[in-house]
Amino acid sequence: MLRYVFHRLLMMIPTLLVISLIVFVIIQLPPGDYLESYIAELQSQGESVDPEKIAFLRQHYGLDRPMYEQYFVWLTGMLHGNFGYSFEYDMPVTEVVGDRLVLTVLVSFVTILFTWIVAFPIGIYSATHQYSWGDYGLTFLGFIGLATPNFLLALVMLYFANVFFGTSIGGLMDPEYIDQPWSWDKFVSVLEHLWIPVVVIGTSGTAGMIRRLRANLLDELQKQYVVTGRAKGLPRVRLLTKYPLRMALNFFISDIGSILPSVISGAEVVAVVLSLPTTGPMMLSALQSQDMYLAGSFLMFLAFLTVVGVLISDLALAVLDPRIRLQGGVSR
Amino acid sequence: MTTPGRGLSGTGDQHFVSEAPFDPHSIEALTPEQEKYYLASQWQLMWWKLKRHRLAVISGLILLVFYLTTLVSEIVAPYDLHTRNTDFIYAPPQTVRWFHEGRFVGPFVYGLSYSLNMTNLKREYRENKTQVQRLRFFCEGDEYSFWGLFDARFHLLCPDPQGTLFLLGTDRLGRDMLSRIIYGARISLTIGLLGIAISFALGIVIGGLAGYYGGWVDHVVQRLIEILRSFPELPLWMALSAILPVNWSPVLVFFGITVILALLDWTGLARAVRSKLLALREEDYCTAAQLMGARPRRIIGRHLLPGFLSHLIASATLSIPSMILGETALSFLGLGLRPPITSWGVLLNEAQNINVVALYPWLMLPVLPVIIVILAFNFFGDGLRDAADPYK
Repeated sequence: MLRYVFHRLLMMIPTLLVISLIVFVIIQLPPGDYLESYIAELQSQGESVDPEKIAFLRQHYGLDRPMYEQYFVWLTGMLHGNFGYSFEYDMPVTEVVGDRLVLTVLVSFVTILFTWIVAFPIGIYSATHQYSWGDYGLTFLGFIGLATPNFLLALVMLYFANVFFGTSIGGLMDPEYIDQPWSWDKFVSVLEHLWIPVVVIGTSGTAGMIRRLRANLLDELQKQYVVTGRAKGLPRVRLLTKYPLRMALNFFISDIGSILPSVISGAEVVAVVLSLPTTGPMMLSALQSQDMYLAGSFLMFLAFLTVVGVLISDLALAVLDPRIRLQGGVSR
Repeated sequence: MTTPGRGLSGTGDQHFVSEAPFDPHSIEALTPEQEKYYLASQWQLMWWKLKRHRLAVISGLILLVFYLTTLVSEIVAPYDLHTRNTDFIYAPPQTVRWFHEGRFVGPFVYGLSYSLNMTNLKREYRENKTQVQRLRFFCEGDEYSFWGLFDARFHLLCPDPQGTLFLLGTDRLGRDMLSRIIYGARISLTIGLLGIAISFALGIVIGGLAGYYGGWVDHVVQRLIEILRSFPELPLWMALSAILPVNWSPVLVFFGITVILALLDWTGLARAVRSKLLALREEDYCTAAQLMGARPRRIIGRHLLPGFLSHLIASATLSIPSMILGETALSFLGLGLRPPITSWGVLLNEAQNINVVALYPWLMLPVLPVIIVILAFNFFGDGLRDAADPYK
């Protein structure tokens, strides 16, 4: 097991390196370096530019050096927790980002939990009651959930909350807690607001997971050993939970690798619509104003979150399934 | 009982010999239906199977109608894309009626009379029951330039010459939403097809190389796919489309966005191609082709790919919706297409402000065609995928 964990951790390093390279290329792609556009912008607003500061920044980020050196400066900076400088906010990125990363992780994590809690019973019901009315109804709902883009769902929900309750359901906490240090009351307030984005972001993932769980469980239920068990007169629940469900559970854990990127993607856009204080809106504005260090570190962070999430699901799978940890491979 | 021996040696007239020609295969003969079934080509079989999947057929028809209207958007839309009705800003959808004061007049709408609500500054429109504005069919209306080729005025449906016809309301410049949705379909639907064409080509080439050669090529491609898949798609799309230069013309931006969507979407197809090729390249017919000196390109394209092309097309159909959604999301956020190009995402961009939407909810209507098209593609793709296994 330890060998497997070590192997998986080692595999993460090249992945993250390549991701950082891609992100760096994206940061570099806009024409001119960011200091030039920064100076141009300041001058167009009639502000004076402190040449000392520019020289300091240029040297600090190694902008006068060749591209590959700049990459290493950026990379080593990140390893030390220095994510670069946001020109729009005139602050180091780490200070700008603040709580947002925590809240993004929180929203994604709770969304995944929600997906599991909802998809699991429904998937089992659909598979064990195949072609019943309940199955058809749930399948239909699932299709609708799959087809409705979650940011539009957020928009529609905002609209109905506004029309029927006269309130805005946006935001992630009551206004008085914004920019306050974390306290129990703030935490409770966040929890109260959390369910709307979670439902909105989780819908399509849940729908997809129900369909896949149903298909997997149906395959399993048609196997010989289930027929044998039924012929021997095993009680239905015991027959279901003893093997087929455990086999399906395997896939359930590994599936997190495929829903996590989509959850994080969805969370970004939904956050813009619902104006959540997560990474989404800030990343959007950073991209629009081409504040590339800020955007780049968000991108890096989101990719990192996904990679770690997949790692956790792989490790959980290895704990569950001896075939994986013994062969060191992935069962899919 | 006579023995055969006696019959042969004795008089032959005791035996009956049929004169009819003998067909040794008569028992194995196929009925015409069976013969048709066994001789049918793979595509023929797929078509028969698909026809039985009713939901897929209906979805396919819906998609066909949508795509056909994109060819003649100018004719189907009652107004031109850019016609501004400055007297009817944020006008609500007009209801089509048949009876006026108990009398049948055929399809018509009541005229709108406008007033400004001074408390919340909302534009309010009431139906003016004295004005009966009949719908006209196959008529002359707004002038447009058909595909930029020639000017014409012919429409399927036009408003009364003195009246208006806003079946889905108007937007902040008084432009007819229905017409804009019809024109928007042209961009939103083709971006999916174009994008999938690019990612299809990428997927087949890259997956084909990995599957056919194996070894280190395969290894590199596998890692690359894994890394691309571990990126959350939308933020990366956002970042890439944000760096499209601002001074690009709308057409260039359109192609830029299409390429960006396709660049991240080929991984699924490449995986499918690779795993199939890995299995198929061990087949005898592949070895035979190699021994006869065929080059890899010919072996892959001529001998291996046709074997599972139907599967590929089915899975490509299933990934078109994600492209359409991607474009919609990007344009909705203001990072994708920009006006004057009109797509459903661009239309929804106007619905971003919830305060405006709460007053004028018909701005959200472009959501409906998005959902319909995506559902239809999903059902149609499912049907195709089932049909791609004709012997199952």
